[in-house]
Amino acid sequence: MTKFMELDHVTRTFGGGALSTKPPIVAVDNVSLSIDEDEPKITTIAGESGSGKTTLARLLMGSIPPSFGKMYYRGKDFTRLSRNESWQFKQDVQSIYQDPFGSYNPFYKVDHVLETPIHRFKLAKSKTAKTQLIEESLAMVGLQPGDTLGRFPHQLSGGQRQRIMVARALLIKPRLILADEPVSMVDASLRATILDSIRRLNREIGISVVYITHDLTTALQISDNIMVMYRGSVVEAGAVEKVILEPKHPYTQLLIESIPQPNPDHKWGDEPPSARFEDFSGMMGCKFADRCPHVMDTCNEEQPPSYQLEQHRQAQCYLYSDESPIMEDADLASIFQDRRAELSI
Amino acid sequence: MTTASTTVDNPVATSSANGEDAALRLEDLKVYYGTPRGTVKAVDGVSFSLKQGERFALVGESGSGKSTLAMAVMRLTRPPGHIAGGHIYLNGRDLVDMSESDIRRIRLREMALVPQGAMNSLNPVMRVGDQIIDGIMDHVENDSERTSRSELQERIGELLRRVGLDPSVARLHPHELSGGMKQRVAMAIAISLNPNIIVADEPTSALDVVVQRQIMQTLGRLQEGLDASVLLVGHDMGLVAQFADTIGVMYAGKLVEVGSVNDVFKDPKHPYTKLLIESLPSFELNRKFIGIPGMQPALLNLPAGCSFNPRCPSVHERCFTEEPIFMDITENRSVSCHLFSEENKT
Repeated sequence: MTKFMELDHVTRTFGGGALSTKPPIVAVDNVSLSIDEDEPKITTIAGESGSGKTTLARLLMGSIPPSFGKMYYRGKDFTRLSRNESWQFKQDVQSIYQDPFGSYNPFYKVDHVLETPIHRFKLAKSKTAKTQLIEESLAMVGLQPGDTLGRFPHQLSGGQRQRIMVARALLIKPRLILADEPVSMVDASLRATILDSIRRLNREIGISVVYITHDLTTALQISDNIMVMYRGSVVEAGAVEKVILEPKHPYTQLLIESIPQPNPDHKWGDEPPSARFEDFSGMMGCKFADRCPHVMDTCNEEQPPSYQLEQHRQAQCYLYSDESPIMEDADLASIFQDRRAELSI
Repeated sequence: MTTASTTVDNPVATSSANGEDAALRLEDLKVYYGTPRGTVKAVDGVSFSLKQGERFALVGESGSGKSTLAMAVMRLTRPPGHIAGGHIYLNGRDLVDMSESDIRRIRLREMALVPQGAMNSLNPVMRVGDQIIDGIMDHVENDSERTSRSELQERIGELLRRVGLDPSVARLHPHELSGGMKQRVAMAIAISLNPNIIVADEPTSALDVVVQRQIMQTLGRLQEGLDASVLLVGHDMGLVAQFADTIGVMYAGKLVEVGSVNDVFKDPKHPYTKLLIESLPSFELNRKFIGIPGMQPALLNLPAGCSFNPRCPSVHERCFTEEPIFMDITENRSVSCHLFSEENKT
């Protein structure tokens, strides 16, 4: 099986250099993950702000190197890619960002963001081929070329702008799309169309998608698998409907419980405690121990390993130490394998 | 303006409380913005009232006028906006024609604002404790209320404890706090003189779900402790269901439905409220996202008749010619929709 991207026990820290008086901030802590090409899936990385989800995405994008651990691209050490291979990587991995306005230069028509990658990656031989390519990819995200081309970014709605970014990612024919909160700045009524176009890239063209979000409701609707991050570590991972509908890790449970249900009969419980330590670099054990309602002595002593609860599910929590085996290799690939959710949109 | 204005002799619907025991009562409130292209009627004839101790949530899409209304209640409307008509009664007195110095005396001791995005509402170069003192000193009336520094310090510690922060936070600067902590500081300032109305304008936008829940639950606890009323402005129907007693739905500057949260969520009457509730993402698998078709009309160019007519699934002829009147349809439900007007009821 070819692994398209592989993170092997990757840690990324910021700050804390030789001249710094403060310890480094650990943004991503010992995460292993692989994205395979044979079975393109939509994987959600979920977490609050500061959980390390965007840092993880930037690692996958190759825009920052890991501080510890190894990264592989098609089986090759990421730091030793040849010129051609790293050019190929830039074409293979594309991202869609949160702010659908920030990705545009307001002085250029929207055609510019679509034409630039065609020139840069030499995707079309002639002008007609170029036009055809642009129109095809716009159609794929449900936009009419006549309504969008030749206009300036401010003349389009947020939803249209974001869908053009999806079309742009699409025409480069990448193998992996990283979508970092693609719908959090878009009106709720337009979310569906954007998520739907991302889903079609996966189902119809076979592109792997990493969907980064704090919104577990949309994660449930579009993804196959999910990993929940807390303070840089993966606390729970597995099949999306299992993790969200029957969360096992106390942090995931807190997250799900805190989503305000639009149902006055289903109210929140008591106010949950806040984190006692803003700085958790000195914490020896589980990073959630200071807020956990089930905390035990062992939790403060050593970080819990990953327990495999079921075939498609793992959690880093001592609550499951009796009934579930420890996963020897922390790679989530085996958890995510042979898994495809029945999707709703 | 092409809109046929029928709001002139609008019978005032007093939804949740009849004027007498209301802590806050709005009567036909109008807030307009003068622009070069015409007058934007951001809030156009809104009436409702809040009982003491009631939690009232005002919801609507962005641009529906809900934040404009909240600012008008605080008398913080800034040009080109102005209050073009109506009354705001706070504990029986009309705020609309009150002098600026009288308003200052009322702010913080009778009504207080928890602003949107507290991260930007604190002074970055001032310690948290000093900012709370600032608020108190600015609004105390006379020297008899002025207290010694040590008494103030004690009061600040107490305020911070009430919003769930450690008293040592008083010595920190805003950049040393997380978003949730800053919002708590903003709440400490808001309750520093025990107001009986707290206006909270999207108090948890840009916060994570767990922090959002903690902030809303703290706000609820403070409100109960003070027996204050809360006017919550937001767009998240989930938060409203969790927090509020009464909900008011705004569309294009007008209230379209008011009722108790339990009733409205179970049986929404106005087609817009119905769509708002149906379009909420749910945790059921295999459920599609439902959007509300179309977009909110530009306030400068509202359609004739009911403003919701271009998007309404139950639209009929009358909606294009006649603006519906906001009226009580049952004891504690008011709706402005022709589906529920007298002629159609029988």
